[in-house]
Amino acid sequence: MPLRAGPYDDHSVIRQAVDTEVAARSPGSQRVVTGMAITRDEVAHLARLSRLALSDEELDTLAPQLDVIIGAVARVAEVVADDIPPTTHAVPLTNVFRADITRTSLSQADALAGAPAVEDGRFRVPRILDLDE
Amino acid sequence: MTDVIRFSAARTAAAIAAGELSALEATQAALDRIAKVDDRINAFLYVDVDGAIAAARDVDRRRAAGERLGPLAGVPLALKDVLTARGMPTTCGSRMLEGWKPPYDATVVSKLRAAGVVIIGKVNMDEFAMGSSTENSAYGPTRNPWDTDRIPGGSSGGSAAAVAAFETPISIGTDTGGSIRQPAAVCGLVGVKPTYGGVSRYGLVAFSSSLDQAGPLARTVTDAALLHAAIAGHDPLDTTSIELPVPGVVAAAASRDLRGVRIGVVRELSGDGYDIGVRARFSDALEVLVGLGADVVEVSCPHFTYALPAYYLIAPSECSSNLARFDAMRFGLRIGDDGEAGAEEVMSRTRGAGFGAEVKRRIILGAYALSSGYYDAYYGQAQKVRTLISQDFAAAYERVDVLASPTTPTVAFRLGEKIDDPVAMYLSDLCTIPSNLAGGPAMSLPIGLADGLPVGFQIMAPTFADDRLYQVGGALEAALDAARGHPFLDDAPPL
Repeated sequence: MPLRAGPYDDHSVIRQAVDTEVAARSPGSQRVVTGMAITRDEVAHLARLSRLALSDEELDTLAPQLDVIIGAVARVAEVVADDIPPTTHAVPLTNVFRADITRTSLSQADALAGAPAVEDGRFRVPRILDLDE
Repeated sequence: MTDVIRFSAARTAAAIAAGELSALEATQAALDRIAKVDDRINAFLYVDVDGAIAAARDVDRRRAAGERLGPLAGVPLALKDVLTARGMPTTCGSRMLEGWKPPYDATVVSKLRAAGVVIIGKVNMDEFAMGSSTENSAYGPTRNPWDTDRIPGGSSGGSAAAVAAFETPISIGTDTGGSIRQPAAVCGLVGVKPTYGGVSRYGLVAFSSSLDQAGPLARTVTDAALLHAAIAGHDPLDTTSIELPVPGVVAAAASRDLRGVRIGVVRELSGDGYDIGVRARFSDALEVLVGLGADVVEVSCPHFTYALPAYYLIAPSECSSNLARFDAMRFGLRIGDDGEAGAEEVMSRTRGAGFGAEVKRRIILGAYALSSGYYDAYYGQAQKVRTLISQDFAAAYERVDVLASPTTPTVAFRLGEKIDDPVAMYLSDLCTIPSNLAGGPAMSLPIGLADGLPVGFQIMAPTFADDRLYQVGGALEAALDAARGHPFLDDAPPL
């Protein structure tokens, strides 16, 4: 690495750093040991993408744990599998159709019963747009 | 009848059908047992006293009316808290869903109700089924009835502990990487992951959709077969459900015939890292199988050594996507909605507060593996490894009918022993993960003790051949019971 410290919307910087890292780990090439597999900043970035508010203490704990985990799972790169098709599903099924028959669905009351907030028979949510947009 | 709680499910149902026991008495016995021991076990998150008594009375009324009852009618059952059932909360072991009551029954639950099974309540689990010890529950850990300082396995630890503590004769768990079989192994039970698609996932809160499968836990192979048959079958509400007849698991459990059955011992699932006691019991069991007429050979599945890393890329990737639904908008927890914060901020605060450490680790790991730039090297490569593991299974099944291994490398470990070391915890699922990746069915059954703790024997079979598990498991169990002179769980210390 190291992975960017700059603004998180600068995709070219992220992309370049990521590509370098991937090249270092790709099957066939010797793994270049460059320190951490994942940095604290990168964990913070992924947490933001995942809409997970993490405390500094959580980041301090999670980042080294994830670094060890990624180091362990990176072993999949040892397998030479260039001509092997990927498996997405254990028992392949495609295009499962059913007859287009109307059925009773969940009532409005049932659908709203577990909602954190309800208004006028609808889900009430926090504002979804910034005020200056 | 003070020992009703020790009856198998089959014997309970037979006694009810014969009028020797009422379903209400069986249910009351379970409720009394829970009241007596569960403060030490913490298997139950919710006990549905009124619902259970009503269901039991209905069975008794139907019997009195001359109705012919099914083979599990009136039998108490513990339901893993990841399956929805109307009238009870579903928490998935998470603060995120604390107090949430689902508006519909899972198909597994509909089938149980139709079979007259009495659902006693919901049992504890690692949060959103992520873990191998049930320590990741937001509601405190469940304890192993064999030694309450030890873990009951996970993620279906509550399902296993409830049955091992004689609270209910049977329970439902779910298995994404071993979450039925590993708890069954360390609690001395029979646990089965059916063929993927064999049991509907409708109403099973998704963790890793291409791997999750619900299945039975029980104290005998026959009870597991009866429960398996009750919940299996095609379901139009689950598009990954398979349209094939349910394998004849109940008849297979009773066959007792292993002559000419070829059993392959997986070379890669043995050796260093496996407890000496686990290896000794496993060898003993193989000898018993040879004595029963089975043909035991060693086979190699070279890519199984990559199953664990592939799983810890695929499952977190699917998890990071599936758990996006916990967005604080339509159900569950909402934190920090102060009128100022926007929806995304409320979402972040809620997920930060509502998810525990392991769930957060896996969401971030999944987001990482799916990131542009990493996708091919991690997720894509893991999916190719998944293909190679399926090919290893296929090659092995050209030579043998079933595969065998220890279920877990070790017996139950102590609470807290691995909670701060995720990779050590992940190793608990070393032997069970290949079957999830390839989709085939697998069973764990108890074969003896090591250091006073149960050891599990894993049987794996080709997809749709679930009956072979029960044929081999039933015969092995009968031989071990005969040699021991009593059922395995009789050796558990009294609570």
